[in-house]
Amino acid sequence: MIPELGQIALLLALAVACIQGTLPLVGAARGRADWMALARPAAQTHFVLVAVAFICLTSAFVRNDFSVVYVATNSNSALPLAYRVAGVWGGHEGSLLLWLMMLSVWMLAVAQFSRYLPQAVLARILAVMGLVSVGFLLFMLTTSNPFDRLFPVPPDGNDLNPLLQDPGMVVHPPMLYMGYVGFSVAFAFAVAALIGGNLDATWARWTRPWTTAAWAFLTVGIMLGSMWAYYVLGWGGWWFWDPVENASFMPWLAGTALIHSLAVTEKRGAFKSWTVLLAIVAFSLSLLGTFLVRSGVLSSVHAFATDPRRGLFILAFLAVVIGGSLVLYAWRAPKVGLGSRFGLLSRETLLLANNVLFVVAMLSVLLGTLYPLLLDALGMGKISVGPPYFDTVFLPLMVPVVFLLGIGPLARWKNAELPDLAKRLRWAAVAAVVVALATGWIAGRITFGATLGFLMAFWIVAAVATDLWERVRPAGAMRTSVVARLRLLPRATVGMMLAHLGVAAFAFGVSMVRTYEIERDVKMAVGDSTELAGYVFNFGGMSEVVGPNYDAVQARVDVTRNGSPVVTMRPEKRIYRVQRNPMTEAAIDPGPTRDLYVSLGEPVDEGRAWIVRVYFKPFVDWIWGGCLLMALGGALAASDRRYRAKQRQEREAGSTAGATA
Amino acid sequence: MKSLRFIVPLALFGILVFFLWRGLRLDPHEVPSPLIDKPAPRFALARLDDAGAKIGRDDMLGKVWLLNVWASWCVACREEHATLLAFAQTRAVPIIGLNYKDTRADGLAWLNQFGNPYTASAFDANGRVGIDFGVYGVPETFVIDKQGVIRFKQIGPLTPEAIETRIQPLLRKLNG
Repeated sequence: MIPELGQIALLLALAVACIQGTLPLVGAARGRADWMALARPAAQTHFVLVAVAFICLTSAFVRNDFSVVYVATNSNSALPLAYRVAGVWGGHEGSLLLWLMMLSVWMLAVAQFSRYLPQAVLARILAVMGLVSVGFLLFMLTTSNPFDRLFPVPPDGNDLNPLLQDPGMVVHPPMLYMGYVGFSVAFAFAVAALIGGNLDATWARWTRPWTTAAWAFLTVGIMLGSMWAYYVLGWGGWWFWDPVENASFMPWLAGTALIHSLAVTEKRGAFKSWTVLLAIVAFSLSLLGTFLVRSGVLSSVHAFATDPRRGLFILAFLAVVIGGSLVLYAWRAPKVGLGSRFGLLSRETLLLANNVLFVVAMLSVLLGTLYPLLLDALGMGKISVGPPYFDTVFLPLMVPVVFLLGIGPLARWKNAELPDLAKRLRWAAVAAVVVALATGWIAGRITFGATLGFLMAFWIVAAVATDLWERVRPAGAMRTSVVARLRLLPRATVGMMLAHLGVAAFAFGVSMVRTYEIERDVKMAVGDSTELAGYVFNFGGMSEVVGPNYDAVQARVDVTRNGSPVVTMRPEKRIYRVQRNPMTEAAIDPGPTRDLYVSLGEPVDEGRAWIVRVYFKPFVDWIWGGCLLMALGGALAASDRRYRAKQRQEREAGSTAGATA
Repeated sequence: MKSLRFIVPLALFGILVFFLWRGLRLDPHEVPSPLIDKPAPRFALARLDDAGAKIGRDDMLGKVWLLNVWASWCVACREEHATLLAFAQTRAVPIIGLNYKDTRADGLAWLNQFGNPYTASAFDANGRVGIDFGVYGVPETFVIDKQGVIRFKQIGPLTPEAIETRIQPLLRKLNG
């Protein structure tokens, strides 16, 4: 019964989305307030219906209802509860339902928190999001129904892919999709503005908090995905330039460019048509990512089902949504105008350079991801693109980005003076060089790559410090104390600084790991020990472990330093009973300055000894810490009270304007 | 004229859609016809585990064998690894690995950690041999007959199903 309930909820949601996507739009064009007023209740109803469907599927997983095909292929009665819940998004159909769930959450949020918007604008925004939802609902119901039944009912399920049975996988997809789908809000704002023709600084201010929030979610989502790869794939890497990773990284790059160009549009009214284009591109890349992952055009570890009908449907959907919005753009954007002028050296120019670099980086990732496909489609042979391409192309683009990142916040809008900037930043530059070299010297080896990385990290820190000092320095007649001035800093500014420091932490972590990581493969029998960066790893022997749905052999490795015990590590090799996949479960001892990472290889000498891989990874957690700082900065900036305060003013102004109209 | 540039994104997107549409009809796992029933490209490379020893196509003449292209940086190779290990244990045919665009240390460490299904691995650091074989997405697997002719190609990870339904029947036929 319950799966049928979910099915009905989805069908009703489709009906509601159809209404939400059409009537308010027509109402906005004809100025009919009653039709426009449908948008909000429709979005709320849509949310409730999708939530019901989602709960129904979750309940089918929790109750081990193997009469549902999707549950039978992605779960098992021995699967622990947390993974049964995560199993909801462990496969194709459920991922789509999660996508839709997130879309309706964002729609509800827009409906609840945007009452201050003029009615026509809100109606258009919710209508555009409703149309996106129509597409996804049709896709699910026609090609990928999660509620399809299975007869006869199998006695037990096929189990969740063991690679996905990890705590990171429980939270990674919801976060990632929150970010992916969150860009639909910026997209809807942009399309609504193109339809309505009211593209101005107010529009940018409305869009900003939504975009920044979505970007923060996406940042966390990518971070969790990277941590998952580090923990689960078992050889200590944290980014592989896999097509599916790229699919999540491209919207992030476009989104990063977007939040910066929105700042210019809001503050200076410039870059308007460019900002709108970026908003369309960011969401288009989210959709493209969905297409790449779900259609099977690219080979990847994540590529799940490959059903040609599905691929064709998503492609048609892409063509309608992206193509339609780009037609609208080509038609309406020329009338938008270019905004105010600015000098050759100004904050606008620097942010424009930032935008160009991010877009070029995004395009190079796109090219690398699609290149094999393009050549193949042209009949020019088959090639593969791996990390060597991406490292070569991507890193050189990030160096100028970081350099500009230091200067940008200090440059004045409209017109900045080069000598003035150089004077203000000279100590920051000196400090960055000195500290970078000193760090290499302390670490014991100075290499070009590491020095460049440290230079980037410390340049950001020094420039942010300079910026902060200039803002809070007691100066002139206003003899307020530093602390009082610190309190007065707007949240948006603090958020920006925090996010920039996050980039510094990230660059520092990457440089440290890339240069000073130590790894060793050793054959170890009971009692053997090996030494790595001052830590002594003592192999204490193997034992057998029985998990809920797997059997494992577990090693005990006691780690000591200068004779005193540090930690006992227990790496495992698991065999999951249903799918018979062997999995290497690394043991990791995380720390602020280093991770110790031990994973098991193969048994040798008839099982008397094992090949053990031991890593010393300095500052590796800073990579994710940096991402977390970026996301935190984004969250702070999105919650700046300026948006809420202005919203209140506008609501009042809007109601008086409405009264006069 | 100035407003023409606003059409550029649309035009670029149109081109992209065209390629994606073509891409849908190309199955990345499908056999590309040009290499099938053609002699395998001749190669002689250093072995992964021993830089002094060579291994090449001609060493395998007279035997039916599998060539499996892999790399330590390849995530999908990990996925197929268990299948390959299980198949190696049947000792049906020799499996030669082509370690593609990798470093010797990484490749060897990977085999140590996850197990070595290969009779031997050839070390193709710059990917030249891989290009001769038309390697598209690592992993790939070729079935090569006694005369050195490619009879089957699998792009992407080997699955137990592919081994059972396609490779084993072919091997039985080729081995008479």
